[in-house]
Amino acid sequence: METNEIAKVASQVRRDIVRMVAAVSSGHPGGSLGCTDFLSVLYFDTMNHDPANFKMDGEGEDLFFLSNGHISPVWYSVLARSNYFPVPELGTFRKLGSRLQGHPSIDHHLPGIRMASGSLGQGLSCAIGAASTKKLNGDDSLVYTLHGDGEMQEGQIWEAALYASARKVDNLIATIDYNGRQIDGDLEDIISLGNLSKKWQAFGWEVLEMDGHNIDVIKATMAKAKSLTGNGKPIMIVMTTEMGQGVDYMMGTHKWHGSAPNDEQLASALGQLEETLGDY
Amino acid sequence: MTETIEIEVLGKKDTRSGFGEGLLEIGKRNKNVVALCADLTGSLKMNAFENEFPERFFQIGIAEANMMGIAAGMTIGGKIPYTGTFANFSTSRVYDQIRQSIAYSQKNVKICASHAGLTLGEDGATHQVLEDIGMMKMLPNMTVIVPADFNQTKQATIAIADHEGPVYLRFGRPSVPIFVKPDADFQIGKADIIIEGTDVTIIACGHLVWKSIEAAKALSEKGISAEVINMHTIKPLDSQAVLASVAKTGCVVSAEEHMINGGLGDSIAQLLSRTNPVPQEYVGVNDTFGESGTATELMAKYGIDTVNVVEAAEKAIQRK
Repeated sequence: METNEIAKVASQVRRDIVRMVAAVSSGHPGGSLGCTDFLSVLYFDTMNHDPANFKMDGEGEDLFFLSNGHISPVWYSVLARSNYFPVPELGTFRKLGSRLQGHPSIDHHLPGIRMASGSLGQGLSCAIGAASTKKLNGDDSLVYTLHGDGEMQEGQIWEAALYASARKVDNLIATIDYNGRQIDGDLEDIISLGNLSKKWQAFGWEVLEMDGHNIDVIKATMAKAKSLTGNGKPIMIVMTTEMGQGVDYMMGTHKWHGSAPNDEQLASALGQLEETLGDY
Repeated sequence: MTETIEIEVLGKKDTRSGFGEGLLEIGKRNKNVVALCADLTGSLKMNAFENEFPERFFQIGIAEANMMGIAAGMTIGGKIPYTGTFANFSTSRVYDQIRQSIAYSQKNVKICASHAGLTLGEDGATHQVLEDIGMMKMLPNMTVIVPADFNQTKQATIAIADHEGPVYLRFGRPSVPIFVKPDADFQIGKADIIIEGTDVTIIACGHLVWKSIEAAKALSEKGISAEVINMHTIKPLDSQAVLASVAKTGCVVSAEEHMINGGLGDSIAQLLSRTNPVPQEYVGVNDTFGESGTATELMAKYGIDTVNVVEAAEKAIQRK
């Protein structure tokens, strides 16, 4: 998709995010806004997928796993705007009986979701499993993931990192949202990740770095990542982002990781984000 | 005088070997079956599957959390993963991974757990998990199976492939008598009535089924007629089998190699308290960790032996 068209999607997705969390006074807008450009590119440009005919097994399709499930608002919006389910359903987010649970779930049968997430550190292992099954089935489509940077503090991530490299899981493209912030504060002050790219290189992964807010760069990096698959190495993209990107008062702080704007703050946010595809 | 109880013993083997044979057999029948192991291939008797189907065998290394996640992901695209490691590392170590990625995500993973309970012996309490049945039965969507001998473990290993949904299959290390027929029709959730009786119902699982058969023989010599039920499926519990037997006998003993808290006995008590409250006695480990020793010594010391089942049965009858 053309870059200006993806930018329109991203602007609308950001409006969806702030409206969704404001409506229920809960949820995680900061990381959602930071990953909006990436997920818009992934779903509208990078992945080969069939939104209108969602099947759990996803044979012949690229798969995506959201490991940091708390940024469900951005995923739900991108899924709805991609035609996985009706856009007006975004208005049910976090409400009783909704398919749009606070964190992504399976038992509510929301099209587009293949694995529950929320408890951190598990998505990479699940993606490795799905990628291994694709290989067994002779299915040459790819598996994508997204992780939080704070999530790198979970031990299971590094179990998965070792395994994917040792077993040459080279149909897997993982991405880390490196915004440097987590609930309790700046990541550097909580538990530093040191040199994150070098760590993944040392674990035997092919590592790319990209600016997570430049749509052209994201498109090009994802294309490059695809071209590197099948070479015996799993691929990790370390993506630099700004938590709260697009809403001025949510940027430069960790405070909007898990807080929703009030009416006045919502109005301010919507004033900064163009309505491009129509609000739900 | 009650009739003499005759139960044919077909040999003696460990239940984990039943798992190994069952896994090989279901691997031959169903090409979607894959096996994952966390560095305990020999202990779990998975070598035969590994040798026969190397492309469908996944050595994960000592990383059980990663193994559960990989197994969950492998179901997407139609595989039926069997994970293998010790019961402690199959449950308490990875409870959150099982809860979120397998049970809540409704993934068709078969969690196969060996060396459960006290009878793994000399390794001691770090490895002797006695809480696993409770943990696993509390998870929505989870089926919990504890087969009684080699043949039944083999049959259960084969049967769970055709059951859509997560399963916890628990077995063990010691060599124990085989009494389930090799051609028995194993059905998930359908208990086996091994001995019919009228004075007391003994409901057991795993290694305690044979102990309960021995207990029934001892009780018979005292003129007590005990019914012995092999409750190989803890969840879903065969409520009909429990209620029908208790209606006849009027009291019950549960027997298991597990904590009394949260085990088979708890499931039975929950059923009976709501439908037909009768005296119940528990044979199980009473809120304590195990220790090093032989399987035989440990079963005696921690009160999960034949004599304990006999005493519990007599006490239950007295309370009627």
